[in-house]
Amino acid sequence: MANTTKKVIKNRVAFLEQKIPGYVSVLGITGILLLWELTCRLNIVPPLFLPAPTAIITDGWEMISSGELLKNLLASLYRILGGYAIGAVLGIMVGLLLGFSKLADAIFTPIVYSIYPIPKIALLPLIILWFGIGEMPKVAIIALGVFFPVLINTFSGVKSVDPSLIKAAVTFGSNHFNVIRKVILPGALPTIFAGLKLAAGTALLLLVSAEMIAAQYGIGAMVLHYGNLMITTKLMAGVLILSLLGLMFNRGLQWLERKLIPWK
Amino acid sequence: MKIVIENVEKRFTDSKKNEVLALEDINFTINEQEFVVLVGPSGCGKSTLLNIVGGLLSPSKGQVYFEGTEEDKEPTLGIVFQEIALFPWRSVFENVTFGLEERGASKAERAEKGKHYIDMVGLTGFENAYPKQLSGGMKQRAGIARALAVEPDLLLMDEPFSALDAQTRTIMQEELLTIWNRTKLSTLYVTHNIQEAVYLADRVIVLSRHPGHIKKIIPIDLPKIGRDQDQYRAQFEKYADEIWQLIRHDAEEALKEA
Repeated sequence: MANTTKKVIKNRVAFLEQKIPGYVSVLGITGILLLWELTCRLNIVPPLFLPAPTAIITDGWEMISSGELLKNLLASLYRILGGYAIGAVLGIMVGLLLGFSKLADAIFTPIVYSIYPIPKIALLPLIILWFGIGEMPKVAIIALGVFFPVLINTFSGVKSVDPSLIKAAVTFGSNHFNVIRKVILPGALPTIFAGLKLAAGTALLLLVSAEMIAAQYGIGAMVLHYGNLMITTKLMAGVLILSLLGLMFNRGLQWLERKLIPWK
Repeated sequence: MKIVIENVEKRFTDSKKNEVLALEDINFTINEQEFVVLVGPSGCGKSTLLNIVGGLLSPSKGQVYFEGTEEDKEPTLGIVFQEIALFPWRSVFENVTFGLEERGASKAERAEKGKHYIDMVGLTGFENAYPKQLSGGMKQRAGIARALAVEPDLLLMDEPFSALDAQTRTIMQEELLTIWNRTKLSTLYVTHNIQEAVYLADRVIVLSRHPGHIKKIIPIDLPKIGRDQDQYRAQFEKYADEIWQLIRHDAEEALKEA
C-alpha cells in the first residue's frame, strides 16, 4: 500500500470564539491607574496639570465629608432627571402620534426636522430670556435636548412595527387606542430605548454646559469654579463624578430595558 | 348563516402609475360549516381576496356580506396569518386570549377559553412561553388557537403552513382537520399547494391570473376525514390533476415574470 498521510481538519475560525477571562478588563484599568500615579509621583507632569489619582481621591473625600459634593450633585441630579423625564415622555408621546397619524406626520414632521439640527445649547440665552435664570431654563434645555432624539427614534420605531401585527390586532377587535397601546408601543420599544440611551449622553452634555454658563450650584458649575481657581484635584473629582453619573444613567437604562422588554 | 362574495373587483395602481386589475368578477358563497379553499398560482390575487373578505382591504367594486346573521350582532372573524403575526411581547396564553380581551371578556372566561383552545391545538404546558421560544409549527398552532378562541363566524386562513417545513406541514394539516371537525367553522383557506387544497376542502375554488378570476369551482366529493387512505388515492389524484391542469399554464407564466 502506498504512503497515506493523515490531515486533520482544524477549526479555522476558532479566533471568533476565543474566551477571555474577566480579570483582564480589571487589569487594564488598574494598569492605567498605576501608570498615572507613577507619572505623578515621579514628577514627570506637574500636579497642577495632572494630579495623582490618590490626590484626587483625598480631596474628593474631603468634598464629600464637607457636604459640598452632595449639594452640587443633588442640584445637578434634580435638573437632569427632571429635564430627562419631561423630554423623554413628551418625545415618546409625540413620536407615537406622528408615527400613527398621517395627518400629524404631514403637519409636524417638517417642523421637527427644522428644529432638530439646532445645537440646543445655542437656545440657552433665549430660554433664559423666557424663563429667567432659575432652575427652569436648565431643565427646559435638557428636556429639549432629550425630546428630539427620543421623538425621532420613537417615530422610526413606530414605522418599523410589523404591519401584520397591526392587521392581527385590528382583526381581533382592537380600536385605534388599543392598537397604539398594545401593538405599536411595545413594538417600538426596542427602538425607543436606543433613543433614550442616545439622549442620556445629550442630557449630560447639556447639563454641564448649562451649569457652566449660568448656575451657582451643580457639578458643571463646580468644575468651572475649581478650574478658575486652578484647584485641579477638585476639578478632577467633579469630572469623575460626571463619569460615574453617565455610567449609572446608562446602567439604569439597561436595567429598565431588560425589565420592560423581556421577550427579546 | 352564509358569507356572500358578490361581484368583487380590485384595482391597484402600481409603482409606475399603471392601473392593474388584480381581481375581477369574483362571485361565490361560503355556506355554514363549509371549508372552502382558494387555490391558484402566485400573483392570482388569492391573498388580496382573503384580505378583502377579512376587512383588511376594500374592494374597488362589489361587496362581501354575511347573510342570515342574528339580530344586529357584528359578525366575528378569526384570521390565521401566513406571517403568523403573534405578538412577540405576549405569552402564548396572552396571544391566544387577545381577541377575547379586546371583546371585553371576563378574566374567568379568558382563562377557561384560553385553556380550552391551547389544549385543542396541543400547546398545553406552553402557556407562559413567548413566541420566540417556540418552533415554527408551535407558533402557528398558537396562531390557530388565537383565531379559534374568538369563536368566529368565519375563519380565514392565509397560507398558514407555507412557512413550515414539509413534515411539520403534513402533521399540521392532519391536526387542522381534526380541529375543524370539532369546531365545524365556516372557513376560507388560501393556499398554492394543490394537495393541501384537495386534502382539506369541501370545495376548491381555482383562481387564474391577469386578472385574477374564478376559473372553476370544484366540489371535492370525498369523506372529510381520511382522504389520504389508499382507497381514495385514485380519486384524490384525479382531483389534484384536474386542478393542476387548470393552473399549470398560469404557473408557468408566473415563473417567467418574477
